[in-house]
Amino acid sequence: MTAVALKIVDVHKSFGSSKIINGVHLEVLKGERHAVIGPNGAGKSTLFNLISGFYSVSSGYIALNGQIISNMAPHLINRRGLSRSFQVTNIFPKMTVFENIRCALLWPMGYRHSFWHMVGNLKKVNAKAGEILERIRLADRRDIPAGLLAYAEQRALEIGITIAGDADVILLDEPTAGMSQSETAHAVELIRTVTEGKTLLVVEHDMSVVFGLADHISVLVYGQVVATDTPEKIRQNPQVQEAYLGKEIE
Amino acid sequence: MPTLLRRYGIWAAAMIMCGVLPLIFKSSFSISLLSQMGISIIFALSYNMLLGQGGMLSFGHAVYLGLGGFLSMHALNKIGGGALPLPLELLPLVGGMAGVVAGVVFGWLSTDRSGTTFALISLGIGELIAASALMLPSFFGGEEGISGNRMVKMTLTGFKFGKSVEVYYLIACWMLLSVGLMYLLTKTPLGRVANAVRDNPERAAFIGYNPRSVRTLQFTLAAFFAGLAGGLFAINYEIITAEMVGAHPSGSVLMMTYIGGVGHFFGPIIGAVLVTFMQQSLAGITHAWLLYFGLLFVMMVLWAPNGLAGLIMMHEPVWKAGLLRRLLPSYLAILVPTLVMLTGIMILVEINYHLSLSINPDDPLTLFGIAFNARSPVAWGLAIALAAVGLFFFRKMVRWVNQSWNEVTQAMKGADR
Repeated sequence: MTAVALKIVDVHKSFGSSKIINGVHLEVLKGERHAVIGPNGAGKSTLFNLISGFYSVSSGYIALNGQIISNMAPHLINRRGLSRSFQVTNIFPKMTVFENIRCALLWPMGYRHSFWHMVGNLKKVNAKAGEILERIRLADRRDIPAGLLAYAEQRALEIGITIAGDADVILLDEPTAGMSQSETAHAVELIRTVTEGKTLLVVEHDMSVVFGLADHISVLVYGQVVATDTPEKIRQNPQVQEAYLGKEIE
Repeated sequence: MPTLLRRYGIWAAAMIMCGVLPLIFKSSFSISLLSQMGISIIFALSYNMLLGQGGMLSFGHAVYLGLGGFLSMHALNKIGGGALPLPLELLPLVGGMAGVVAGVVFGWLSTDRSGTTFALISLGIGELIAASALMLPSFFGGEEGISGNRMVKMTLTGFKFGKSVEVYYLIACWMLLSVGLMYLLTKTPLGRVANAVRDNPERAAFIGYNPRSVRTLQFTLAAFFAGLAGGLFAINYEIITAEMVGAHPSGSVLMMTYIGGVGHFFGPIIGAVLVTFMQQSLAGITHAWLLYFGLLFVMMVLWAPNGLAGLIMMHEPVWKAGLLRRLLPSYLAILVPTLVMLTGIMILVEINYHLSLSINPDDPLTLFGIAFNARSPVAWGLAIALAAVGLFFFRKMVRWVNQSWNEVTQAMKGADR
């Protein structure tokens, strides 16, 4: 049996009197690519914010590699090997592209709060940052302030920051939102290569992306997972079709 | 050799300049001005570790300068009494350590959030310390402060520090060392992550950093240099009063740093030199100096938010492209109406100050070597005319400057292709 990387058990989340997440159960297996789909307002982004520690859960628990992480501070969860991207581009706009990636490498590579090393001399860090820039195809933009990049480039940088620290579990929140078709194709290819051998949980609206990328799909409706299965079976599931996909799939 | 020169040339030049300046400007006024500039440079750069590099707008940075100064003064008196075996040259380190201790405590308390929360807490801590200064006279010396005598027996260099130029050299050495260290700090992992936390604390948490820890560390290091500056202040003036922990120096360092420019490492140095010069020399020339200073600050905030350093660095790409010549004519052209306009405004300000502050407003007012009656309609008319004519041509010339900039930008874009 494959090990479970991320386990979500009966998680509830309410903001005041409105219940956004209503008893979610979800298991993400080690090494798989798992997608979460669902209509607007189903609670997909809230779920991500709960997993990554941005929000605290109202009840239930979340475990990463067998250890409970729910209600931990985001930086502590990140240090345990979970990294995420954001739906709205979330980078360090005044810093250069290279510096964005380098900063994401400092903690995992052990330099932490050091004020006795010079970043210019950290050969391994700089080499790895250069390598990541190659992989996300931003090597020729390395010295530009990240805030000046084009939208699709910022999205790629966001993915670069997310994967830089070699986290085992990667959460991507709508990585292709707002992209043109060709940009989306590039992005999917990029996601496929950079998450090779890792566990990926992705929220996505673009169905072609979801069905092309994911090993398993979970459908979230009104704060509950109504089905988890392979893309093929999800496509045929009548409950899913009714709740979310409508007739556009047929 | 050229790479060596490029790397260390500026530092060598700074050292030579610090060494030579007191040989050129020998008067006791200039020496004391230069000493104060050195102290201000350390203080302003330390402030920019918060504002520019860490995104923390503090209204209470003088707390660390002042506490460093007071602790150094107490230590100085202990050295003088023979109770503390510490050479005078190292006394600023006592101030630095005081800064570190205060920085850890107050830093942790105030850095959970940046932005408004941080600013308000810093203001509160500033008021708290200023208030306790009057409640704890044994430490802060009450109204008259604490004084000391820097001419102690124990020194490393053999200097007696009786002459102010010897104190200047001590300040210059600590200043160069501090500037160098603060510059290197920007190149460390902590320095870079402080930028990351400034830009986007939320994202920084998701790359493994606790924004509060990063801010606290950065804050503590900044407080060290502020305290060190306070130690130099104690040596330089041999007296320190409760005003040093108060709102006035806190506001002053904010303005120095902002006028100089928060976005570049060297910006606060320019600001510290300029503002200290204004504080010390302009204050002796005119009562209205604070008004001019305030005007300068407001104009910088409105039209040059990146400070003087920003204005200078704006020209770097133009200079590299060899196009600076194309900007010069419009710059020279705008200089004339600017000076005319400022002269007009200045005469108006001075007339008003004269009328409201002089014992006898009918005494003649002397400006540019001309004595005249401040109530004279001719003077008023001339001043208003100068300001108006200056403004009229200033606005025309602004258009020319903008046009020149557009041409230069176009030319640079063309060269790229």
